[in-house]
Amino acid sequence: MTVETFYQVMRRQGITRRSFTKFCSLTAAALGLSPAHAQQIATAMETKPRLPVLWLHGLECTCCSESFIRSAHPLAKDVILSMISLDYDDTIMAAAGHQAESIIDETIAKYNGNYILACEGNPPLNQEGMSCIIGGRPYLEQLRKAAANCKAIISWGSCASWGCVQAARPNPTQATPIHKVPGLAPKPIIKVPGCPPIAEVMTAVVAYIVTFERFPELDAQGRPKMFYSQRIHDKCYRRPHFDAGQFVEAFDDEGARRGYCLYKVGCKGPTTYNACSTVRWNGGLSFPIQAGHPCIGCSEDGFWDKGDFYNRLSRIHGFGIEATADEIGGTAALAVGGLAAVHAGISAVKRAREKTGADQ
Amino acid sequence: MAMHAPQQEMQSAVYVYEAPVRIWHWINALAIVVLCVTGYFIGSPPPSVGGEASDHYLFGTIRFAHFVAAYALIIGFLFRIYWAWAGNDHAREIFLPPLARGSFWREILHEIRWYAMIEKAPKRYAGHNPLAIISMHILFVWLAVFMIVTGLALYGEGTGPGSWQHRFFSDWVIPLFGQSQTVHTWHHLGLWVIVCFVIVHIYAAVREDIMSGQSIISSMFSGWRTFRVVKGERAEP
Repeated sequence: MTVETFYQVMRRQGITRRSFTKFCSLTAAALGLSPAHAQQIATAMETKPRLPVLWLHGLECTCCSESFIRSAHPLAKDVILSMISLDYDDTIMAAAGHQAESIIDETIAKYNGNYILACEGNPPLNQEGMSCIIGGRPYLEQLRKAAANCKAIISWGSCASWGCVQAARPNPTQATPIHKVPGLAPKPIIKVPGCPPIAEVMTAVVAYIVTFERFPELDAQGRPKMFYSQRIHDKCYRRPHFDAGQFVEAFDDEGARRGYCLYKVGCKGPTTYNACSTVRWNGGLSFPIQAGHPCIGCSEDGFWDKGDFYNRLSRIHGFGIEATADEIGGTAALAVGGLAAVHAGISAVKRAREKTGADQ
Repeated sequence: MAMHAPQQEMQSAVYVYEAPVRIWHWINALAIVVLCVTGYFIGSPPPSVGGEASDHYLFGTIRFAHFVAAYALIIGFLFRIYWAWAGNDHAREIFLPPLARGSFWREILHEIRWYAMIEKAPKRYAGHNPLAIISMHILFVWLAVFMIVTGLALYGEGTGPGSWQHRFFSDWVIPLFGQSQTVHTWHHLGLWVIVCFVIVHIYAAVREDIMSGQSIISSMFSGWRTFRVVKGERAEP
């Protein structure tokens, strides 16, 4: 059996040569590559066999898949879905039941050491993994087996990258991000966090891996630098209002109507590494801040455990009740100040008494 | 230690704080005040200003003042470390406390008893007393290191990958804490530790000045520590 190239598959699916070239240029631009690389991407698509991908789902909400199939350009999703040979993805595959599960074994046997393992969601470790059962077995087993024979792992979304809401305190099922799963084969992992990640970011990451047969350059936390090296804040179009000191004080106030900075109503843009303020969502239409809502920092580790989304200062755990740094520090400063005042009073009395004693 | 000849029957003095230490102390104090005030406002900005965004740069100015004061503190701190090595014995007291010496801890206990009003008279020290040394070592020196490291890591997020702040600080500090927001929270808690330190520091200085028979506050201006003999106490420092 001859293996089809991406290009052959795309043409078979009715994508024109012109659309294909457009996609290659767009992807090169999204990846921050020079125009010359568009040709390199095109050549790769035309000559390389399709990349087999196992797309496993653990504890997750499928928002990553939903985002992925809604890639801005209708073309992009067609291209990507033809580009990768998505051998297994229980959400969008036709097969079901035992037939579907057997595909995993087939893929492992056929492409041993050469397929990409895309993880959406994460495995729970407590109760022997019983909180996530796929085909009658714990997801943890499926994950370990697929990881042992793969070439590399893509951690899609905040679940696979950081744990996300199912790992929120007290994390009863011990939902664990992929890179922290014990006993997992030591394969290279790329994190594409976000809840969900931006569709164009997902497709561009896949396009890069297909074209160059390696991961794009990663930062210290394993995220692709081209999309996660700057904060939302750094490219936010409301940044001038931040610098000017013009803030939304409450939703629906005059500042909100004028599109002021959302910092005071809890925007996490200054601490969130993602491409929302440049790539935006839904075909570049908008992103949360543009819609008047503060960024909740969904692509950051632990964003679900920082307290109120609408408070700039995080809640700190471990003080019985939760409190902000200001509440804890202010109380401590008052206590210290009060103690100093009391101490000063006692000292004064003592000194006065000693003086009286000395005079007598 | 060169003891000065008693100017009066009841007074003696010793030169403790050299000029560079004194200048550093007051620059550092000013920097800390600016850092605390602007730092608080960075966490909780002042009320919004109206009009066009291009007419104002209020929050930018607050942040700029924070960064300028931070650099003043950092450069001052580096200089102070150098001076701990180059200056007199007192200059390295707060950097290298004799933690391994048993008498040091006994004297700390004595000092605590003096503050608890159990001891009738304090022991006299030309430089800092042992309790002051240990407090400054932990609450000033190490806190300053913590604030400088986390502060530069946060600053590096703005200057971006490739900048020295990012390469030497953000790159490892942010992952160490998990994410940027957590670094912000700890840096903010550090502000309140500094505030507590300042309260205790100023209170203890004023109290010692009045009650222990040795000059504290004026010493940080003149460099000389003078001793008054208090009743019921050994005259020898």
